[in-house]
Amino acid sequence: MGMTMTQKILAAKAGLPKVEPGQLIMADLDLVLGNDITAPVAVKEFEKIGVKDVFDKDKVAIVPDHFTPNKDIKSAEHCRMIREFAYEKEITNYFEIGQMGIEHALIPEKGLAVPGDVIIGADSHTCTYGALGAFSTGVGSTDMACGMASGKAWFKVPEAIRFELKGKLQPWVSGKDVILHIIGMIGVDGALYKSMEFGGEGMASLSMDDRFTIANMAIEAGAKNGIFEVDEKTIEYVKEHSAREYKVYKADEDAVYSRVIEINLSEIRLTVAFPHLPENTRTIDEIGEVTIDQVVIGSCTNGRISDLRAAARVLKGKKVHPGVRTIIFPATQKIYLQAMREGLLEIFIEAGAAVSTPTCGPCLGGHMGVLAKGERAVATTNRNFVGRMGHPESEVFLASPAVAAASAVTGRITSPEEVVGE
Amino acid sequence: MKGRVIKYGDNVDTDVIIPARYLNSSDPAELAKHCMEDLDKTFTERVREGDIMVAGRNFGCGSSREHAPIAIKASGISCIIAETFARIFYRNAINIGLPIMECPEAARDISEGDEVRVDVATGTIENLTTGKVYKAAPFPDFMQEIINADGLIPYMRERMERQ
Repeated sequence: MGMTMTQKILAAKAGLPKVEPGQLIMADLDLVLGNDITAPVAVKEFEKIGVKDVFDKDKVAIVPDHFTPNKDIKSAEHCRMIREFAYEKEITNYFEIGQMGIEHALIPEKGLAVPGDVIIGADSHTCTYGALGAFSTGVGSTDMACGMASGKAWFKVPEAIRFELKGKLQPWVSGKDVILHIIGMIGVDGALYKSMEFGGEGMASLSMDDRFTIANMAIEAGAKNGIFEVDEKTIEYVKEHSAREYKVYKADEDAVYSRVIEINLSEIRLTVAFPHLPENTRTIDEIGEVTIDQVVIGSCTNGRISDLRAAARVLKGKKVHPGVRTIIFPATQKIYLQAMREGLLEIFIEAGAAVSTPTCGPCLGGHMGVLAKGERAVATTNRNFVGRMGHPESEVFLASPAVAAASAVTGRITSPEEVVGE
Repeated sequence: MKGRVIKYGDNVDTDVIIPARYLNSSDPAELAKHCMEDLDKTFTERVREGDIMVAGRNFGCGSSREHAPIAIKASGISCIIAETFARIFYRNAINIGLPIMECPEAARDISEGDEVRVDVATGTIENLTTGKVYKAAPFPDFMQEIINADGLIPYMRERMERQ
């Protein structure tokens, strides 16, 4: 019986010739990650273990990105605690305000994730780096603490669902629509405990940014990880961003999957997830009149340069609806700078949108765009649970940057085709 | 352990277990004050030490915040029984020493307010109100050892001391 991509990576990092689904293994870690919400708890737990140093100061990353720039005194205290920990342990990859970005956009950009890696992060969207052909999964703070101390973590080897991609995306349709479509199809626990493996001829037409978005939301289908086959685009990205050695793993020809699902990219339409679960999807033609109060474009799901370009294409020469507060968050400083040089920020500001420094703030109702009772937002983020962006009686509709930007212009959920006229 | 049941449905996410607006604290007692707030405002008033939480599918989905099982544990819940758990919550609960059991039949059958007795080591769940007995798959030895040690940190410390 052959192995899937994930099984091959886990076997290699556990020092085993072969692993099987359900097997418990101990694997070596290439990166252990945390943020300003999860790392403070991890630091407290780390101190209880009784080791002096982290296992490898180059293989720990701490990114204060959630309640930063510090939103209140308690958050500032948490940030101080992890900053002091990072300095004391001489952690190489601590990213201060001014250098930081939203962790899951920042880590690949900094070259800290490469094909064949095993990565754990105390943040559920750590699965993003699967876009690079790495095994990467979200854990909690205690796992982060033990990972920092030992450089190892235990895993139960997952089964996999194989997504065989074919065809090519239609104009305006993006990776966000692909993953919302898939979650709508299999449900928020459709891949529970499993790996989602993406490959096939259709993959070539997806940009790296599309792939990051798709892998990012694997967790919203309950998956342990999302992982893409490695192709020329992946290698090009890795060489541009990282000097690290990498290893490409391919699934065996006779790998066993619990399910194989063919996805024809050409048939995917613009898709929006209605409150209060990412599986409540509707295609753009099924939506009807949904008026909105706020639009958020950004996050670890959709704050990359392609996302900002898509939003700018819609907003160029337009004004946002006076009733819609539109907030745009480039995901990292590098993306921010690039968007500035490309003139995207000017388009946003002239359209009447606010442009913010990188932060996860509004996505989880932390700060910088919290919703009041009864308000509705279209967001390019990843979750629309009850109270996710603010008041428990507010509502979040998940969409792509193009749909979010078009909705900002009209004040209701809208296709970009309607606004741009093409 | 034995306790009275507080029951919820499917897809209880970590945002409703402990809303992000309270994550500027990592103090268990403080987190417990807001546990389940966006799903059930009465929870913190009615929960009693030792109560057992029963829920449907995909319990604890969403964010990896360990604050969620910490808040539930600190509010006095002794064990969670669900049809299925989201995987990060599952790991986190074991890692912090909060007993959990996956048993679809029991999770569906047991009602709010029932008295239930559980034995985590054997996987036995007994509904004292109805007399029905259920069997959850016991944990693999490795996870049982973590549970017995009251979490991953004490487990790891014990192993390091032995070495």
